[in-house]
Order: sequence, then C-alpha cells, then structure tokens
Amino acid sequence: MKHFLMTRRLLGAAVLSALLAALTFIPVQAATPKDTLVVVFAFDDIITMDPAEAFEISAGEIMGNTYDRLVRFDVSDPSKLYGDVANGWTVSPDGKTFSFDLKPGLKFASGNALTAEDVVFSLQRAVLLDKTPAFILTQFGFSKSNVKDRIKQTGPLTLTIETDKSFAPSFVLNCLTANVAAIVDKKLVLSKEQNNDLGYGWLKTSYAGSGPLKLREWRANEIVALERNDNYYGEKAKLARVIYRHVKEAATQRLLLEKADADVARNLTPQDLAALAGNKDIKTTSTPKGTVYYFSLNQKNPTLAKAEVREAFKWLVDYAAIGDTLIKNIGVVHQNFLPVGLLGASTENPYKLDVDKAKALLAKAGVPNGFKVTVDMRTVQPVQGITEAFQQTAKRAGIDVEILPGDGKQTLTKYRARTHDIYIGQWGADYWDPHTNADTFARNPDNADDAKSKPLAWRNSWVIPELTKKADAAVLERDAAKRKAMYEEMQADFRKNSPFVMLYQQTEVAAMRSDVEGLKLGPTSDSTYMFKVSKK
Amino acid sequence: MDPGPPQRDPIPADVRGDLRLLRASNVLGRFLVVILLTYVGLLAVTFFIGRVIPIDPVLAIVGDRAPEHVVARVREELGLNKPLWEQFYIYVSKVLQGDFGTSVLTSNPVMQDIRRAFPATFELATLGIVIGAGIGVPLGVWAAVRRGGVVDQVVRVMGLIGYSIPIFWLGLMALVVFYARLGWVAGPGRIDVVYEYTLVSVTGLLLLDTARAGEWQAFANAMSHLILPASLLGYFSLAYISRMTRSFMLNELAQEYVVAARAKGLSETRIIWRHALRNAMVPLVTVIALSYGGLLEGSVLTETVFAWPGLGLYLTNSLQNADMNAVLGATIVVGSIFIGLNLLADLLYQTLDPRTRAIKRAR
Repeated sequence: MKHFLMTRRLLGAAVLSALLAALTFIPVQAATPKDTLVVVFAFDDIITMDPAEAFEISAGEIMGNTYDRLVRFDVSDPSKLYGDVANGWTVSPDGKTFSFDLKPGLKFASGNALTAEDVVFSLQRAVLLDKTPAFILTQFGFSKSNVKDRIKQTGPLTLTIETDKSFAPSFVLNCLTANVAAIVDKKLVLSKEQNNDLGYGWLKTSYAGSGPLKLREWRANEIVALERNDNYYGEKAKLARVIYRHVKEAATQRLLLEKADADVARNLTPQDLAALAGNKDIKTTSTPKGTVYYFSLNQKNPTLAKAEVREAFKWLVDYAAIGDTLIKNIGVVHQNFLPVGLLGASTENPYKLDVDKAKALLAKAGVPNGFKVTVDMRTVQPVQGITEAFQQTAKRAGIDVEILPGDGKQTLTKYRARTHDIYIGQWGADYWDPHTNADTFARNPDNADDAKSKPLAWRNSWVIPELTKKADAAVLERDAAKRKAMYEEMQADFRKNSPFVMLYQQTEVAAMRSDVEGLKLGPTSDSTYMFKVSKK
Repeated sequence: MDPGPPQRDPIPADVRGDLRLLRASNVLGRFLVVILLTYVGLLAVTFFIGRVIPIDPVLAIVGDRAPEHVVARVREELGLNKPLWEQFYIYVSKVLQGDFGTSVLTSNPVMQDIRRAFPATFELATLGIVIGAGIGVPLGVWAAVRRGGVVDQVVRVMGLIGYSIPIFWLGLMALVVFYARLGWVAGPGRIDVVYEYTLVSVTGLLLLDTARAGEWQAFANAMSHLILPASLLGYFSLAYISRMTRSFMLNELAQEYVVAARAKGLSETRIIWRHALRNAMVPLVTVIALSYGGLLEGSVLTETVFAWPGLGLYLTNSLQNADMNAVLGATIVVGSIFIGLNLLADLLYQTLDPRTRAIKRAR
C-alpha cells in the first residue's frame, strides 16, 4: 500500500505543479497596442522584398504600402489614374512617348532626395535584372540593350518613356502602376551593389523606398513589420506600426481575432466568416479581386478537343450550388476571362447545370456513353469541394472523372508540361489592365512545345490565330470605347468556344475588430493600403 | 588429463596499455566511419529524392508567370541542367566547405534560417519531453504495479487517446478551451507583439533571452505561449513513454531478483523505485531519447496550429516548394540530432548499467 501512496503523492505533485505553472502564467489580457495594427495573414509565398522581383500576392501588398511609383489607380474606381510621385504627364501625338514631371521636394525614407534619376534608374534596373515581373515593362519594347535610350532623364524632375508601338495610353499607364515600376533609392541601392548586381542581393531582404510605410523587418514565414515613414510626401500613415504575423491556419487566425490578439484576419474560410457573423466586436469588408477560377481542358486529348465536348463541360457544372455554398462570401459565379472591374469585363453568365443538354452534345460528338478523364487538383478549399461537386455532376452525363490530388507546385508543374487532361486553376491579374488576362487566356502565338511564351491557352494547346490577332489589336486601340468593345467581342467568342470552363471571380474578405477603421481591400494585391487604417 | 585450453603468454603491462589504446582508437575510428557513412547516405537519399519529386524547383523561384527565357536562365543558374551526379558532387563539396547554400524561399543562407527556426523547436521539444517523461514514467510505473487495475485501465485509455486523436484537432481544441474560453494561456505564436521589438535575440531561445535580460514580464509571456503546445507534445510523448515504461516494468517485476528482494524484506517502494525502475531505465533511456529526437524534428501540425515558426514548418514548406538547399540543410541538422541523441543514449546506457554487454549476451 505504501508504494501506492508514494506514487499517488508523486502524481499529485506533478499535477499540482502543472496547474500552478498554468495559473502563474495567466497572461495580461491586453488588446493589441493602440498605435499598432496586427494583421494575421498567410504570407509564406513571399520570397523577396525587391520590387523588381516581387510578384507574389502577399509581397504585392507590402510593396504597395512601402514603395511609391509614378502613377497609381484610384482604389474606389480603378479606371481613374492619379499621379503618385508624378505631378503630371503628357503623351506625344504618335502615342509612343510619355513625358512625366515629378513632384518637387520628395524624399526617400533614407533621407535621400527622390528625383527623376531615381525613377529612371528603377525602371531601367527592373528591365536589366529581368526577373519574373519584368515582362510587364519589356512588352513595350524595352530590352537590356535599348532601355537606357528608351527611358531617359530629361531634367532633375522630368523624364520620358518611349514605347516601340503606339499602345493604348491607358495600357501603358496601367502597367506603370505595377510593383515592378516602383521607385527605389538609387544612391542607397548602389551603395550595396556587389558584382554589378544593381543591389539585387541586398534588396531581396532590405528596403529602399519612399512609401507611406517603411519596411522594418521581414522574417520569412514569421513576421513582416512596417513602420510609419515620416519622410512620406503625402498624408502620413495613421498608425505607427503595421505588423503582419504569419498564421497559416484559418481557425487559428479566427481565435486570435476573437481574442483581440489580432486586429485583422485575412484568410478566413466561409465557415469561419459565417460563425463570426453574429459577433458584434467583429466586422468584415470585401472586394471583388482580379482573380478568376476555371477548369481547363487540354486540347492534346482528342476527346476534349471536340467542340461539342468542350461545350458539354460548360453545362456540367452546378454553378448555382457552388455559388450558394462552396464560395459563399468568397466568390461570385463568373463565366468570363476578364474579372469584373477591368475595362470591358462582361457579366454574362449563360451557362447553368443542364445534364440533358450536355448529353445531347456528347452524343453529337460521338461519345454518347461518356468517357474517362482525369482532373489535376490542388488539395485546398474551395478548389477541392468544387472538383468533387463537378465529379458528381459529370457522372450524370456518363463522364467518369478521376481526381488526381496534389500539392500546388506539383499540379502546376504537370500543367506547365501540358500532360494533364483537365486542370482546375486560378489566374490573378498581373496589373490592372484587361490585356493581362487577354494575354494569357486569348493569345497563343506559338503552340510549339518550345514556344517562347507559354500562356494558359498554350498550356491547354488551344490554337487560336484569330483570337490572338484580336488580342494584339486591342492593346493598340487608343480609343477607349472601341477598345472596350473589342474585349467584349473576344469574351463572347471565348465563352462559346474556349476549352476553359470559367467558374467564379474571387472576393477577398477581411475580418477585423470593430475599432479598426479605414481598411479597404484593393482589387489587386498591391492596392490594399494599410497606411490608411486607423484604430478608434 | 585434459590439459584445458592452451594458456596464452601473459602480456606485459606496457604492451597491454598500448593495446587498450589501439582498441579505443579502433572503436573511435569505426564510430567515425559509421557517422560519416550515415551522413553521406542521408545526403544522397535526400538529394536524389529531392530531384525526382514531381515539382519543378525553378517554379518556386520564378513563379508561375515567368517568361520562358527567365525560367531557362534560372534553371541554368541553379545548375539543374547538369547531370545528377555532378549536381550532387558540387553540393557535397560545398557542404564540406561549410556552405549549405541559400534558401530560395527566404533569400537567406540556409544555416541562418535554421539558426532561427531550430531554437523555437528546441524550446518546445525540450519542455515537451520534460512533461512527457516527467509524467509518463511515473504513470507507467504506477500502471505496471497495479496491473489490470483501474489505474492501469485509465493509463491505457489515455495512451490510446494520445495515439489516435489527431494532434491537429486536439491542438485547436486546447486553444479554444485554454486560450479562447478560459484565458489561462497566451495564444498562438511565440510571444506577444508588444515584446517583439523590445527583445534582443542572443540565443534565439526566448525563455533564456528574456531571463538573461531580466525581462520577467516577457519571460512570463513567452512561457505562457509555450506551455500549451509543449503540454500537447508532452501528452503525445507521454502516451508512448508510459506504455513502454509499463511493459519494461512488468518485465523487471517478474525477475527473480525482485522475489529475492521481497524475501529479504525490502519495502515495496524501494523495490519498485530503486531496483526495478533502475533496471527498466536502461531501455527506457533509448525510448525517451528517440521521442525527444522526434520532437526536435519539429512537429509540423502543432507548429501550424500554434503558428510556431519552427523547424518542422520550415522543412515542410521547403519541401513543398522543392527548395532543396533548405531541405538538405534541415535534414543534416535533424540527422545530427538523431546521431547525437543515439550516442547520448548509448553513453547513458553504459552509465546506468555497466554490465550492458553481459546482459546482451545472456539474452
């Protein structure tokens, strides 16, 4: 019996000490500091802080808050542009030369003066480094050899940019709102240069901007800390600090928000949002984003290449059910390649679930009893739910859909190699102009395996010389009304004939504590402005 | 008359000393060879698996939108055009010079990343194993002593639950109860944002850093963040450790020396804790050391739920993006931990039981 008492005593001591430990460390229930905004956000996509290279969604937001550019678009009406560091601009009669003059007395966060020299250096640097987003600039005919002649300083505060064709002016200016055109501090960046790398090695993890907030620190997968930049030319940021904390799990984000350990949660699921709806301490804001989701049918598969089969698939998705459940609050059914908000975006959604119509089309295509086909799918929601729903509806028309689940990079690798049957994907606008999506969905200049450019149309081996011509013509159309009509026509053609089953346009939702004010999510990742946010 | 085994010439004392030295260096040499082979094997397997997984490593760097010429350039920069064996050779020779390369995801040297991620995991794992072994061993002993009784059943069920409930779910539930509802502990993350920029990181171990600086409020805050995930990991290792303790103890309690001790009139407490447990400790040390190793690898799911920037998350994230320098670097670290802990267990083994070899032979 003694040993029993002994062990019990020991165990008792253990439990007691555990309890005591827990009680001793009861945290002070403080909300986040008054002058700091704490944002919980899954930002494991960030791989660089150099605006000439940054192209990931989360990085875009940091760039938008910390770097200035020549022009920005109005977040409430993206068709309106305004000068950021530019005071104004003119376009030559032939439409090829854009002249900018800058606001006087601008300063970088470092204290260095911001002049035309910095702007020219930054644009040239992006072209010379030639990282992923450089194509946004090089599509205007800049190359490593000619960029020094095409982008020129003409005075302390003036510069000109010369394109190779007379593009629609809105197209050129829209591209200049992108992060790749952000202005870096020439003096600072060059002082960190190593082996003629234009400061690339250093800027990857550092900061050299002039935006309303400055980057204090980026610890990958952990924290991004921004601070007010007192040298900013415009209205100063309302809060002293904005801290992004990497929290991957949505349920964890929700707990932190509910306990007021976070002010804003960015990656909640529809279920979380529904559960928070009754909480009076929490409100939400949402904005349609430039991201569209789709199924695409590889035209290398002879069955999927039949026009009737392509159309049949468009009648085999239960758009209404998906809209009401799987993407409730986080998306809106949308059957066009241009997301709403871009010039010329169509809102026509002619397709609905109609199994009989699909069956008739399949019979016409010579496959009345259906066939077997695979779908490569990333195992994330709502993609997974949508694919499973599609598997059920397709079965009703006799199509046996096998789902091949995988990690994002894995399915993407296969998609890019064109070895899929069907792929469920998403595409976000690279810059705020319709050409960004027309370029990928409706252009395929060369369908060869070793083509120089491999847009989404190429990835699905969709050969479209006519549509490609139309897309090329649309970027050169300088009359806005005519340009708009051209995109509308392309979308009508695309809806009917393309191997893309367009599903929905993403709505981004942020949930925040009720004392947070002024947070508006932008249509692009780089137009969510945290410097406008305040706390009551 | 049987002459018996032929007598060997007695060895002079000085030669005997030399022989002992020779044997010791032999053992050491063999040991080093084993370690070296382990590392080479570890590197080779990780390297080649990394190259055959169906993920294009270039994709992680340039993203989905990069023009073809950028993709091709980066592929060449990474040396991915070279034959596999040549890539491996280049990698290994760089590692031998102490260069583990740069992670493409974080833009930092891999070892710098690991120096940051590892302390987070180390703190969690150490507290976890202290809880796991500190409670698991007495529980296991108790269950063995009261075999078939209520206590044994309770421990068994606890162990079963520990094995079968997904840690992910249990972690979230623990957060909901102890953080959200009761407010006993701080939430996910290592420390409150308030302290984020007031602390100077020396060791990367928050408890140590805050204590060194005398920042007791920050220390309490870090502890409060740590206690829940550590208890969770502790519980899972407890489940395993208590089961193993029970079975080792049952084995010991059935030995003749226990009967002899009882016959001698020793108290039951003394028999259990001083004699049986001491002997059971020998294999138990290995169990605990390996559990600790498992925790030090980083628990991906726990780290995800608790937004804990540790080694497990780092490794998983790198693997998903085919960031091979990071994966290889982290693998070497994890491998070293296991080799180190195995070595430690072996040493403890011999300290605890000088007759280890004899026992092995008898069995």
